[in-house]
Amino acid sequence: MKNEYILETKNASKIYDSNGLVVKAVDEVNLRIKAGEFVGLVGPSGSGKTTMLAMLATLLRETDGSLLIDGQDLGSMSDKQRTKFRREKIGFTFQSNNLVPYLTALENVEVMLRLNKINGRKSREKAIALLTRLGLEDRFDSLPGQLSGGQQQRVAIARSLIHDPSVVLADEPTASLDTERANQVVQIFADLIHEGNRAGIMVTHDLRMCKYVDKVVQMVDGKIARVITDRDEINLLAGTSQFDKLPKQDSVEEEALSANALFTPTLSSALAGN
Amino acid sequence: MSIYLSLKEVWRNKGRFFLFSMVIALIAVLVLFTAGLGEGLASANKEYLEKLDATLLVFQEGTSYSTIESRLGYQKVKRVQRVDGVANAGPIGFSNVEIVPDDGLDPIGVSFIGAETGKPGLPAPIIGETIRSKQAKVVMIDERIAESANISVGDYITIKSTQGTEDKFYDLRVTGITDGQQYFFQPSIFVSLAIWDKYRPKADASISSSRPVTNVIAVELDDPTAMVSMASIIESVVKDVEVTDIKTAYESAPGYSAQQSTLNTMKGFTFLIGVLVIGGFFQIQTLQKVPQIGMLKAIGTPNPVVAVASILQIIFVTVFGVALGGLAVFGLVLGMPSSVPILFTGSSVLIAVASLLLIGPLGGLVSIRVALKVEPLTALGM
Repeated sequence: MKNEYILETKNASKIYDSNGLVVKAVDEVNLRIKAGEFVGLVGPSGSGKTTMLAMLATLLRETDGSLLIDGQDLGSMSDKQRTKFRREKIGFTFQSNNLVPYLTALENVEVMLRLNKINGRKSREKAIALLTRLGLEDRFDSLPGQLSGGQQQRVAIARSLIHDPSVVLADEPTASLDTERANQVVQIFADLIHEGNRAGIMVTHDLRMCKYVDKVVQMVDGKIARVITDRDEINLLAGTSQFDKLPKQDSVEEEALSANALFTPTLSSALAGN
Repeated sequence: MSIYLSLKEVWRNKGRFFLFSMVIALIAVLVLFTAGLGEGLASANKEYLEKLDATLLVFQEGTSYSTIESRLGYQKVKRVQRVDGVANAGPIGFSNVEIVPDDGLDPIGVSFIGAETGKPGLPAPIIGETIRSKQAKVVMIDERIAESANISVGDYITIKSTQGTEDKFYDLRVTGITDGQQYFFQPSIFVSLAIWDKYRPKADASISSSRPVTNVIAVELDDPTAMVSMASIIESVVKDVEVTDIKTAYESAPGYSAQQSTLNTMKGFTFLIGVLVIGGFFQIQTLQKVPQIGMLKAIGTPNPVVAVASILQIIFVTVFGVALGGLAVFGLVLGMPSSVPILFTGSSVLIAVASLLLIGPLGGLVSIRVALKVEPLTALGM
């Protein structure tokens, strides 16, 4: 029987050992995401969510356990195979530095197809259609420097989806956007994930964006502390939380150093429904 | 994919890359000029000897292959000629005189070379006739003189020679014009050895001999490949001589090695400066692009694509810069007076261009290494 989960982690762990100081950045995480499911990965700085995302993006190898995408074990792949897998099966949107500065919006989207050796008129038409869908029909020939932050993020979203990946990952895609643009970007992102029947994960500090996801996974100290699937509960989390953008972005390094950091009180109380 | 990325980057930043190509073009101008100058000066020093139809040169022993210091009695020519394996041997006398134009223009300094008809030492004319008689007051002149002083076959030239304390003037009829035959930085004129001995500058005007003294003997061999052994044989058969090949002879000319090594040092330093400038530029550029390279790798761009894109970009800029520099040198040389000793032979240009084209990739090696080592996670600040 075909596995219904596109993405699956089994006791996935990432342990850093720096000069004898052992830190579990990700600690035996079990996660399953179905096709067409959009997951919000939340948690305080140092909770392990960025490390988790980096492992799923094949940019970081797990220390223990396994991660599977489309049934393929990421840990068993060579570096070369992981690079190939990344460009074929994964779509990635970053917080910043998303676009190649010397390529136009259209070329930035097409670059993903070119990397996968897909060229020609049809691929261009596909890129044009996607950018048009994202409201960028008059910005095809604009260079990233001529686009606003929101427009740049929409181009990055188009690039992360153009090659029909199985999994789409987004690391703080709204970090540099104002509220209106952040809502717009995540809404489109969610729609495209649902329509394409892909698995999507968005790491975010902005809990208001959780209203667009199907499931919220909260990580604390490298472990999954809570999974929220109830729509009312998600809406409550997204709507009642105080605007809780944490001051800075997580990094794998920070997570390695502060895996045992205390959960931010505001976020914890929000998740507890206070 | 690599070509696509590198071409797009160069095209979209054409102003910056053009400016940098200009830097490479200026380096190319320097390298090509130094190469041309080296070749030109070397040629001015050795052109006559290099074109000589001979394999060996015989000098007076202990003169360190100096054509000026060497003095050989005429009887030695016959002894060398009689050595088994020698096909032909001819005496050559070197000195300097001035051609005095009759229209009041400045005198032209020339190498005054005496040699014998039918022997190695007398070049074949490209226009007119060679010197047929030992006593005829005729001369063959280098085409450079013919061109600059507007002299044709059949014209008379007057040479000024200082003999003792007196300036003597001799008229000679031009019988032929040779190709470029510079020697010791001057164009050459050729007369028979007897006329040369009579007209050449002398410390004492009374010196004259029925058997002229010569400087060197040019030797043609039956088997030119037996050069080394024949040099030893001639040295053992003919007393008080030293024998060497043509190349060693002109490399032993006073100042030749020092001049060439100076020019080679200049070329080397210019090359090194080029490598460092290009290396610095591309390394700074690569460091600025670290987040972008990290992002490209994070979306699945293989390392070879990143490396080849960097190399191609360096090659585009270098080739364009060298082509610009080459064109600039071509234009400058066209506008230069012929007296400037710049010469571009096929090999000197090829070596200079090849070394210039190497500058880019060599300089870019560090930046390519930087690009390959970019970690996507670190570059993206994840």
